[in-house]
Amino acid sequence: MVVFEKPHALTDVPLHYCPGCTHGIVHRLVAEVIDELGIEGKTIGIAPVGCSVMAYNYFNCDMIEAAHGRAPAVATGVKRANPENIVFTYQGDGDLASIGMAETVHSAARNENITIIFINNAIYGMTGGQMAPTSLPGQITQTSPYGRDTNHCGFPIKVCEMLAQVDGAQYLERVAVNNVKNVKNAKKAIKKAFQNQVEGKGFSLVEVISTCPTNWGLTPKKALEWVDEKMIPYYPLGVYKDNTAEKEAE
Amino acid sequence: MATTQYLFAGFGGQGILFSGKFLAYKGLTEDKQVSWLPSYGPEMRGGTASCSVILSDTPVGSPIVSKPDILVAMNLPSLDKYEDSVVPGGTIFVDSALIERKVKRTDVTVYYIPATKLASDNGMPTLANMIIVGKILKELGGYNEETVNTALKKVISAKRADMLETNLKAMTIGAEN
Amino acid sequence: MADKVLMKGNEAIAEAAIIAGCRHYFGYPITPQTEIAAYMAKRMPKIGGCFLQAESEIAAINMVYGVASTGLRVMTSSSSPGISLKGEGLSYLAGADLPSLVINVQRGGPGLGGIQPSQSDYFQATKAGGHGDFRMLVLAPSSVQEMADLTVKGFELADKYRMTSMILADGTMGQMMEPVSLEYDIKPMPEKPWATTGTKMEREHNIVNSLFLQPDALEKSNLERFDRYKYIEENEVMYEEYMMDDAEICIAAFGIAARVAKNAIVEARNKGIKVGMIRPITLWPFPTKAFEAAAEKAHTFISVELSMGQMLEDVKLATKCKGEYMLCSRVGGMIPSPEEVLAAIEKANGGAK
Repeated sequence: MVVFEKPHALTDVPLHYCPGCTHGIVHRLVAEVIDELGIEGKTIGIAPVGCSVMAYNYFNCDMIEAAHGRAPAVATGVKRANPENIVFTYQGDGDLASIGMAETVHSAARNENITIIFINNAIYGMTGGQMAPTSLPGQITQTSPYGRDTNHCGFPIKVCEMLAQVDGAQYLERVAVNNVKNVKNAKKAIKKAFQNQVEGKGFSLVEVISTCPTNWGLTPKKALEWVDEKMIPYYPLGVYKDNTAEKEAE
Repeated sequence: MATTQYLFAGFGGQGILFSGKFLAYKGLTEDKQVSWLPSYGPEMRGGTASCSVILSDTPVGSPIVSKPDILVAMNLPSLDKYEDSVVPGGTIFVDSALIERKVKRTDVTVYYIPATKLASDNGMPTLANMIIVGKILKELGGYNEETVNTALKKVISAKRADMLETNLKAMTIGAEN
Repeated sequence: MADKVLMKGNEAIAEAAIIAGCRHYFGYPITPQTEIAAYMAKRMPKIGGCFLQAESEIAAINMVYGVASTGLRVMTSSSSPGISLKGEGLSYLAGADLPSLVINVQRGGPGLGGIQPSQSDYFQATKAGGHGDFRMLVLAPSSVQEMADLTVKGFELADKYRMTSMILADGTMGQMMEPVSLEYDIKPMPEKPWATTGTKMEREHNIVNSLFLQPDALEKSNLERFDRYKYIEENEVMYEEYMMDDAEICIAAFGIAARVAKNAIVEARNKGIKVGMIRPITLWPFPTKAFEAAAEKAHTFISVELSMGQMLEDVKLATKCKGEYMLCSRVGGMIPSPEEVLAAIEKANGGAK
C-alpha cells in the first residue's frame, strides 16, 4: 500500500535546504501541480540566485539557471521562443523584489503568459541573513543589526499589492505554508497559477510567505509561529487580483 | 580613377539626406561604387545636417568627405563652415534664397540658385533640395532620364508614388534656372 | 552579380540576421544603433518572428539568454553604455555555453560619452566582456557588405562553438549606406541536444547553468572552454592584407579606421613610401601570425584607431615588441583624417619629425 510518493516532477537529489525551511514544501507543491496537470515534459523552470539557486537539480523538467533577478526576462525569452512550453520562475524576495524588480514589473506589464512562484521569507538566506526588500520594520538582520529603521532604509515592498496596480498582471495571490490549512490553500493557488498559463490566461504570480529559521534565529516551530504573528499581519494572505474569472465569463 | 566627393549641408528638414541618397542611388544605377554617410544625432532635429556622398569608379575608401569636390550649401552656417574645405577647382552650389553673401573663394566654380524661393513659387516648398539636384545634374552633365527615374523610384517609397512627378518637376526647374 | 541595394549598415545587419534564421530580437533604444531595432520591429511581426523592446539592456540580454537556451538563433544590439549593462549577461552566456549574437555599434566614452563613432570598446570586447575567464568571437566589419556578411558568419560561429559572437562596429558603419548584396547559402543549424525545450518525458532533463560550486568542476569547465578557444585561435582568424608584399611600414586598423587608412596608404604609395595594412576582421581571435610575419619586413607599426592605443597593445604582443610603434588616433567621436594618417606614415618613413 502506497501512502506517500514523491512527485515525479521532483528528482531524487536530496534537497540542501536547512531544517525547518519551507522551500521543500513549496518545491513539492510545484512538483505535485506539474504532475497533476501532466505538463512535466513541456515545462521549463527558471531558477534564481538565492537559496533556491540549485532548484535546477530538484525538478525533473528542463531547467535554466538565471542571473540574479533576471528570471522573468529569461522566462520571457523562453516563452516567446516556444509559446507551447509551460514556463515558470521560482524566485526569492531579494531576487524578485530588489535586484530584479524591473524584470518583475515589466514581465507583468507585458502580461507574459508565465507563472512566477515568489518565496517571501523577509531575508537574504543564501548570503547569510541580510536585510531583504521585504524585511519587516524593526526586523534584526545582519545588515540591520539594530532593527530595520524605516527612516534610514525605507519600507518593505508588498509585491502583490504593488503588482495589482499593473494592468498586465492577471492573477496575484499571497499564500503561506506554515500550517496544513495554509499549505492546502497554497497548493490551490499554485495550481491555478499554472493552469492559467496552460489556458493562456496570462501573467500569474503566487507569493508564498515562507520561513528562514536559520537566519531568523528561531527554531523551526517558532519560525512557523513567527509567520502568523509577524509576517501575515504585514503581508495579509488572499487574492490580490484575478482577471481570469472574468475571462471565463466573457 | 574618377572619384567625386559630394557634401550636402543645410538645416535638418531641408531634405539634405534625401538628395544625397538620390545621388547615391543614381550612382549605383550607373554601376559606380558609392557611399552615403549622414551626420546623425540631435543635430538632425533642426540644427545643421550634412551628408557625405562619394561616387567612384574604384572601391570607396573612407566614406567621410572632408574635402568635397562639390559642396551644396543650403544655409549660411553650412557655407561658413565648409566653404574652405572645398578642393581647389571644386564647385559650390548655393541656395541664394537663404544665403545672402557671396562665396569668397576665387578658385572654385560657384552656382547661385534661389532654390527655396523657386520651390515655394512653384508650390513645392519641401523640394528646394531637388531643385538644386537638378541644377547639379545640368551643370555637371549627369542628367540621364533613365537613371534619374530609376533612382527616384528607389528613394521614394511606393506609398508616396505621387511624389515622383513632383520631384522630376523640381529637378527640371533646377536645370532651367 | 547579385542585385545590389543601398542599405544602412544597421539595416544590413538586421536583414542579414533575419536571412540567417534569427527570429528573436530584444533591445533597448540607444543611439547610434536604433535602426536595427526599428528594422526588426517592422519586419519580425511579418515573418512570424518576435521583436520585443525590453525594459533595459539587462533584461534584453537575459531574454537573449532565454531564447538561446531553447537553441534558436537570437540577437540583441546596443551601443557602448548599453553593452556595459549587458556585460553581466555576456558572462552568463559564456558560463552556460550558449550561442548568441550581440551587436555593439560603438560610440565615444567613457560614461555617457557621446554619440559619435568610436572604437574604444576594444578592450571590453576582446578581453573583458564581463567577469570571469571567457572570450567572445569579435568581428569587426569595415563596410556595409561586411556588416551583413559577418552577421551571418557570427551566427554560424556562435552555433559552432556555443559562444557569443560580437559584431564590433561603430557609428559610421551603422549609419552609412553602401551597396550590399544579401545572397547567402545558409547552412542548417547544428543539432542542439542540450537545449531546454521540454523533456517530452523522453529524456533526462536538460540544465542550462553556469554555477559550479565545486572548484574542481568549475576549473574543468573553464579548461574545456579554453581548449575550444585554442582551436578557434588556430582556425577562425580572419584579416585582410592590403599592399603588404613589400611593406616596411605596417598599419594596423579595423572598421572605419581601416577605410581612412586606405586613402592614406594610396597617397603614401604615390609618394613612393612602402606602406601596407593588416586589417583584422576578427579582433578575437587576433591575427597574431599575420603581424608576426609582417614584423620580418616592417620596421614600424602604426595603429590607426578610434581609441587610445587599445589595439596597439595587441599589435605589440603579436610582434613581440620587435619593431617601432606609433599610435595614430582620434577619440571622443572624432575620426582621424587621411591627412593625419599620411603624416604618421611620413613620420615613420623618416620624414618630417
